Amino acid sequence: MSGGPDEDRARILNGIRRSLQRGALAGDPRKAAEARLAEPPRGPAVARANLPPAERVELFCRWAELNNATVARVSAAEVPREVSAYLARNNLSAQAAMAPSPLLADFDWASQKMLSLRRGRAEASDQASVTGAFAGIAETGTLVMASGPDHPVTLNLLPDTHIVVLRENDIVGGYEDVWRRLRERYGKDCMPRTVNIITGPSRTGDIEQTIELGAHGPRRMHILVVRE
Amino acid sequence: MQSTAHDFKGNVGAALADPNLQDSLAKLKTGFSERRRQAAERLPEFEALRDRARDIKNHALANLDFYLEEFERKVTALGGQVHWAPTAEDARRIIADLCRGVGARTIAKSKSMVAEEIGLNEHLEALGIAPIETDLGEYIIQLRREPPSHIIAPAVHLTKDQVADTFLEHHSRLGFTRRLTERNDLVAEARQVLRQKFLDADVGLTGANFLVAETGSSMLVTNEGNADLSNTLPRMHIVLASIEKVIPTLEDAAVLLRVLARSATGQESSAYTTLNTGPRRPGDLDGPERYHVVLLDNGRSSVLGTEMQDMLRCIRCGACMNHCPVYGAIGGHAYGWVYPGPIGAVLTPQLIGVEEAGDLPNASTFCGRCESVCPVRIPLPRLMRHWREREFERHLTPRAVRQGLALWAYLARRPRLYRAVTGIANRALALLGRSDGRFGTLPLAGGWTRYRDFPAPQPGGTFHAQWKRGRWNRGRWNRGQGSRKR
Repeated sequence: MSGGPDEDRARILNGIRRSLQRGALAGDPRKAAEARLAEPPRGPAVARANLPPAERVELFCRWAELNNATVARVSAAEVPREVSAYLARNNLSAQAAMAPSPLLADFDWASQKMLSLRRGRAEASDQASVTGAFAGIAETGTLVMASGPDHPVTLNLLPDTHIVVLRENDIVGGYEDVWRRLRERYGKDCMPRTVNIITGPSRTGDIEQTIELGAHGPRRMHILVVRE
Repeated sequence: MQSTAHDFKGNVGAALADPNLQDSLAKLKTGFSERRRQAAERLPEFEALRDRARDIKNHALANLDFYLEEFERKVTALGGQVHWAPTAEDARRIIADLCRGVGARTIAKSKSMVAEEIGLNEHLEALGIAPIETDLGEYIIQLRREPPSHIIAPAVHLTKDQVADTFLEHHSRLGFTRRLTERNDLVAEARQVLRQKFLDADVGLTGANFLVAETGSSMLVTNEGNADLSNTLPRMHIVLASIEKVIPTLEDAAVLLRVLARSATGQESSAYTTLNTGPRRPGDLDGPERYHVVLLDNGRSSVLGTEMQDMLRCIRCGACMNHCPVYGAIGGHAYGWVYPGPIGAVLTPQLIGVEEAGDLPNASTFCGRCESVCPVRIPLPRLMRHWREREFERHLTPRAVRQGLALWAYLARRPRLYRAVTGIANRALALLGRSDGRFGTLPLAGGWTRYRDFPAPQPGGTFHAQWKRGRWNRGRWNRGQGSRKR
């Protein structure tokens, strides 16, 4: 029977130390572990995560499409029109929940008279969402969403259709580049509450190992890659 | 979960005779394993990443206490709480107390093998709290009151038609009265039913693929998005993870992510990889108000520092079972407890005892495919051999097997006697099997001949006799060896 939280904690930690035949980590091994946390060493370099910028954008788009997202390469001025057009092409109503992000505020949404945007978190009734992205990862065509007041997590998950606006300059090579950017933006000791790393629409292979899209998250993902 | 591992032989008999199971298992050969091969080929650095993944986990295990304390410090600093559970019972109690503390009636649960290990659902149900499995495969087997048969594809033993029947039986009272025939319709119906459950749940419970000490984050890898709805919509998020899930840094996570999805399903990346760090922050418009991590030991700390430590590197990708000829023939349920396949044959005797699960490590041909595909290079055949030795030492092996082994050992230590006996047996069998070239039945070999014929020895004597005559000249012998991959 357990003796309370402190005893349980000590029991596990002491059990580990007894098995490893040492006391609490000390001396050089401790310094090595602390150094690893302070300056995390990278794993083997992956060639396709280390391409020059133009090829990086190409690779991002290719993998995003292979992972069942659709991609449109547009200028900043074309963003509002492409959002409207995408919804129309897919026979969806011209309304969406949009992230209250300064990154999205600069686009000329008023140019789309028919498009109705509500800024805030997603509700169960929302059919589509529009968000920015903290970064794109070329290696696998993956999007990175950092939660915060300007990017509610529900926008990434609840609506059937997720439209993402991603600037070319935010497309990085691999995961390690995202970690570096997160540390720069938020500080090394304070990750955002949720970092959603998303590759294509939701899917499942749970029935006969055959992939079906739209399990619980979005059924469609459309990425607007914005030229700089 | 009640183990039936002690009746492994009975379970196997039932599995081999189940036509639906055999249909489902036939798809494994062309599904996961073929896709894994292609994914590995597409990434030239894959083998180097596997080496690094092994080293990362070894390093984390050698410094496990340090990284767990660092992880706890970071979680606490950001407003979360870490709970330490030495045993399964402790973990069940902690989680039940957390749920009761917020008056929870339903829990949106994302697939967790550790939750299966501690029998969490049964415990919560007994307390009047309803856990709702939200991973599609896990939801299907919850409706059927079955345990998972695979660690990443819990319903892999079922055919589409069985799923359709299950949904009709359970969803008709919700107004879904049509029996569906298409996979996408089945997925859509489950989505619709479960969406409301997410919105109503008081608590979201998930596992974790990794715990990152550097940032105090739990990392979850899924394809459906159910884990993310579970950790976003309810007001409390509980992470249940075993202690060996902790890794040092995000850079280490990048390496492990690159081998995990490719080894599991052959995907370049799973659809959702999510880092959760603490509860909702000031100004956030969504996310849980409370964030708890329950760290489970359940015997793992005692494996550290032993020759069995390698099993703690496992990242639960399922590649070993996808590539195992035994799993491919009998499926996951026959293993009788939570973890099936080669890793199950190694973990189960550790977690519930070699007396209960001693048969599982015997269910191996030692072909070595599991080790050859393991992303963290766990020497699974060696670990299974270890358990066989423990079983033999404890006199748990059946008497007939022990006597057979003792007889063979007696002969093998006396080469002249061995040659004489095998020579006589060889000649006798060759003579008796002369007409057919094979035996349909053979005394003492019923276990073999019940399923296949035993070949009669070909003319020329035993291998020893042929070797002595020089029939196996050097060239031929070398060619024979060369065809084996080293």
